[in-house]
Amino acid sequence: MIRLERRPTPSRLWSGISPLVAVVLTMVAGGLMFAALGKDPFEALRTIFWDPIFGEFAWYFRGQLLIKAGPLILIAVGLAMGFRAGIWNIGAEGQYIVGALCGAAAGLAFYPAETRLIFPLMIVAGALGGFLWAMIPALLKVRFGTNEILVSLMLVYVAENLLASAAVGWLRNPESSGFPGSRNLSRWEASANLEIWADTGIHWGVVAAVVAVIFAQVMLTRHLMGFQIRLAGSAPRAARFAGVVPGRLVVVCLGLAGVLAGMAGLFEVTGPAGQISIDFASGYGFTAIIVAFLGRLNPLGIVAAGLLMALTYVGGDNAAGNLGLPAAAISAFQGMLLFFLLAIDVLTNFRVRMGRGVAA
Amino acid sequence: MDLSAISPTLLIASLMVAATPILLAAIGEMVVEKAGVLNLGVEGMMIMGAICGFIIGVETGSPWLGFLAAALGGAVLALLFGVLTQVLLSNQVATGLALTLFGLGLSALLGQGYVGVKAQTLGRIDLGPLSDLPFVGRVVFGHDPIVYLSLALVVAVWAFLKFSRAGLILRAVGESHEAAHALGYHVRRVRLAAIAFGGACAGLGGAYLSLVRVPQWTEGMTAGAGWIALAIVVFASWRAGRVLVGAYLFGGITVLQLNLQTAGAKVPVELLSAAPYLVTILVLVLISRRAGRAGAAPADLGKPFHASA
Repeated sequence: MIRLERRPTPSRLWSGISPLVAVVLTMVAGGLMFAALGKDPFEALRTIFWDPIFGEFAWYFRGQLLIKAGPLILIAVGLAMGFRAGIWNIGAEGQYIVGALCGAAAGLAFYPAETRLIFPLMIVAGALGGFLWAMIPALLKVRFGTNEILVSLMLVYVAENLLASAAVGWLRNPESSGFPGSRNLSRWEASANLEIWADTGIHWGVVAAVVAVIFAQVMLTRHLMGFQIRLAGSAPRAARFAGVVPGRLVVVCLGLAGVLAGMAGLFEVTGPAGQISIDFASGYGFTAIIVAFLGRLNPLGIVAAGLLMALTYVGGDNAAGNLGLPAAAISAFQGMLLFFLLAIDVLTNFRVRMGRGVAA
Repeated sequence: MDLSAISPTLLIASLMVAATPILLAAIGEMVVEKAGVLNLGVEGMMIMGAICGFIIGVETGSPWLGFLAAALGGAVLALLFGVLTQVLLSNQVATGLALTLFGLGLSALLGQGYVGVKAQTLGRIDLGPLSDLPFVGRVVFGHDPIVYLSLALVVAVWAFLKFSRAGLILRAVGESHEAAHALGYHVRRVRLAAIAFGGACAGLGGAYLSLVRVPQWTEGMTAGAGWIALAIVVFASWRAGRVLVGAYLFGGITVLQLNLQTAGAKVPVELLSAAPYLVTILVLVLISRRAGRAGAAPADLGKPFHASA
């Protein structure tokens, strides 16, 4: 008889290595999935995980890696703060869209001016847009106790409709003769978020992600707010006695996530995506949830997790092109990764004991 | 805009069709939450039901087998959540999210060859002269069997929770798993059964979308219906009758906005499409205002249970 015995304190060892174990298990299960799809599992795994970094065309893929990892890390860092405090903002996708819309709108209001002041202004507008969109679930939760999971998620669908109306209506390129989509922001010098060093994939969004990671790490470990976040998550009652105001924490956590998601949206729309279009929303806001958990809700861990997740995107594209592997296989793969991680996590808090013990 | 183009009879009849997937998923989720488990993976289970039902429906030509497969598919995926949260004691919120992401990915993968394929759909039940009655005939007697099944399910769940011994045990497990455990009930087993039931219901709801309402397979076709089902459970303050009211209210808004779009209302299409979600938020606010912070939620909702603790 196998049973679980609670550890007196969570195992540091398992907390550290469980993401690695989860990755290995996902590769095994993913290999089986690819085999079931009629592909050679070893070739599929090599195409996804090896070729983009060490293969023949790695010079192209390495840049793509940072382009994908930037927004994921930026969003995930914000989400992780909330998840740590037990505040479940799962509407980052909506905040990402609204940030992009606000930023693009602020920039396009000055079109075709040529001044380098426009880009910073757009970043501020993007952050503000994401912030305000996140404030809807935050204030509703503080004021009325409304469930933030449901509200933030419903707002994703609202944001998608807002995006559609912007792409075909109020942000449409007036010179495009009827095609949906805004002006191309990456080709307008004042707003273009180009690579800072050629072929590295490092654009301003990646820089912002690095800054956000450092900021979050310092806040969590050195600042009172970080302490309150950690306390509220692990012992809500103790947090109340310690003077943590739950409402303020909700506003701070959701607001921070909104700001970062909004900025991620702005960097995406001015750089890799280039314009507001109907299919601008690419699911980064949802994948970032996996990234946050995979990174143990720890800013430094999130960097590693974001890079790994970006690798599955880039490698997935590679496999789709070379092996005809369906694009959807990658989302199933990502979901599986989160499952395995959550399952392995039991070993952090529990010990597996064989044999009969007290009646379980 | 021509409002007279909207016929109230058809509106109510199509409202029931629009509400059925959400109703099925919501009533299942209510049972799960009554047992003290918060499964946020309804969307994932629904879409798995939609694709499983569609594939089997197309391959066998029988929508009934399709619905059976959908219930099974939903339940299997739900049990995955069950094993993770009940046996491996993972965080229910995170696991539910993972279930949704996984379900969306896996369904898209399974459904690759089925885009644009047509499945055989369910016919309406012909009740002879009853169906020919004006208004009542179309609204009450003119539906396909699953609509009636969903209504029967609401009554059955209500009666089960209110009058049966098993229902009482299920509620006890949800209100206080420690007390239920001390009385010798198998908390984990009860919860796993409830989770499987919820998955089967969500699967049926998904299959209703792909086999009857649309009836086709498109990637991500549930489009948030599972999340709305979750909101309706909160809206209903965990009561079967109110789940019905909530689902039909929501179905009404969905159908009305579609009708307004076709009637050429002077409102942006995007605003109309977003209306159901906005209304859900509004309703959630009203509910939480009335219920206060604790509300009518089962006391042990979302708390993990480990016998040694």
